[in-house]
Amino acid sequence: MTTRKLEIVVGAFVAIAIAALLLLALKVANTGVTGSDETYKLLAKFDNIGGLKVRSPVKVGGVVVGRVSDIQLDPESFQPVVTIEINASYSNFPETSSLAILTSGLLGEQYLGLQAGFVDETVTILKNGDYVENTKGAIVLEELIGQFLFNRGNS
Amino acid sequence: MLNKLQQLGAATIGTVQGLGRASLMLFGALWGRPRPVKSWPLYVKQFYVVGVLSLLIILVSGLFIGMVLALQGYTVLAKFGAEQMLGPLVALSLLRELGPVVTALLFAGRAGSALTAEIGLMKATEQLSSMEMMAVDPLRRIIAPRFWAGLICMPLLALIFNAVGILGGHLVGVDWLGVDGGGYWSAMQANVDFYDDVVNGIIKSTVFAFVVTVIALHKGFDAIPTSEGISQATTQTVVTASLAVLGFDFILTAVMFGG
Repeated sequence: MTTRKLEIVVGAFVAIAIAALLLLALKVANTGVTGSDETYKLLAKFDNIGGLKVRSPVKVGGVVVGRVSDIQLDPESFQPVVTIEINASYSNFPETSSLAILTSGLLGEQYLGLQAGFVDETVTILKNGDYVENTKGAIVLEELIGQFLFNRGNS
Repeated sequence: MLNKLQQLGAATIGTVQGLGRASLMLFGALWGRPRPVKSWPLYVKQFYVVGVLSLLIILVSGLFIGMVLALQGYTVLAKFGAEQMLGPLVALSLLRELGPVVTALLFAGRAGSALTAEIGLMKATEQLSSMEMMAVDPLRRIIAPRFWAGLICMPLLALIFNAVGILGGHLVGVDWLGVDGGGYWSAMQANVDFYDDVVNGIIKSTVFAFVVTVIALHKGFDAIPTSEGISQATTQTVVTASLAVLGFDFILTAVMFGG
């Protein structure tokens, strides 16, 4: 076979491989559809974060608007401080909004549910670096069972 | 007792000498000013022999492994009512593990053994020596193109294997067993990370490509120049390369996904 024919065949081979990589990147791993990379940070203190992890999603009504970027323990109050990065296109949450740690399904992953609050003249919009004051921690199954047994013992 | 000790020592020295000769061969092949224009046809030929001709076995085995994964995974997942997780199951097992490893094993059998036999026969028929007589460096002319062809082609083949396998999983899972097609892709997208899974798979298969190609070239270059020696070298290539791939796979998996 001449070099030209070989080159054509090898070129086709490499093109197939690049197509495979594109399929894996776009269709399987879904890199290109994460939206704009511009984000702003919000912080929140919780009593208990349960199984929340870095990169867990933040959802508003089921729509992913951001991700957990950092989890630290506050050295003074011993409360976990969760930093979340929210897509800059969703930048109008009022300071009355609340965050709760929820579980998807019975045994699924934990995520942060963001509930937008009311707006009036005295309420400001959350900016980069603000704390979300109204938070609800994760439900720990053992505590729930303990409470249930305790209540039954009382009645 | 002493005899055993001597055997152990001899085996160790033999292994180290083999590694040293392999490194020297690789160094000799890659050292020096590259001449891409002049040796371009040699490289194209090797890309064709090593890469394109391995395409068929990669496509067929990728398709069937994806289909079998979907079939096996479905029976277990259906028990828990978690058929939606079929996509991530197929994609993650292919991207992280089966794609790189099975491609490397097939590559060792299909292209590695051919490289060893070819170079071994060149040595037996004294083509390599006659090249040296004509002041052509056999390392630069024979080894280097084959090394680069192997190193570049195998990750590409692994990518094709992964893509075809995932499509095969779709074929069985969605078109035959009736898993929801949208769920297959969306659950996959939610669970597969480009850097953690796809890129790590590519890194894995690049390492395997290096290991398999160097072993195949070295066994051929070091073969005893008789018909028996060549047959031995070819067998050794497949066995050693497969074992090395599995060993490296364990180490790489422990480093990438273990922590």
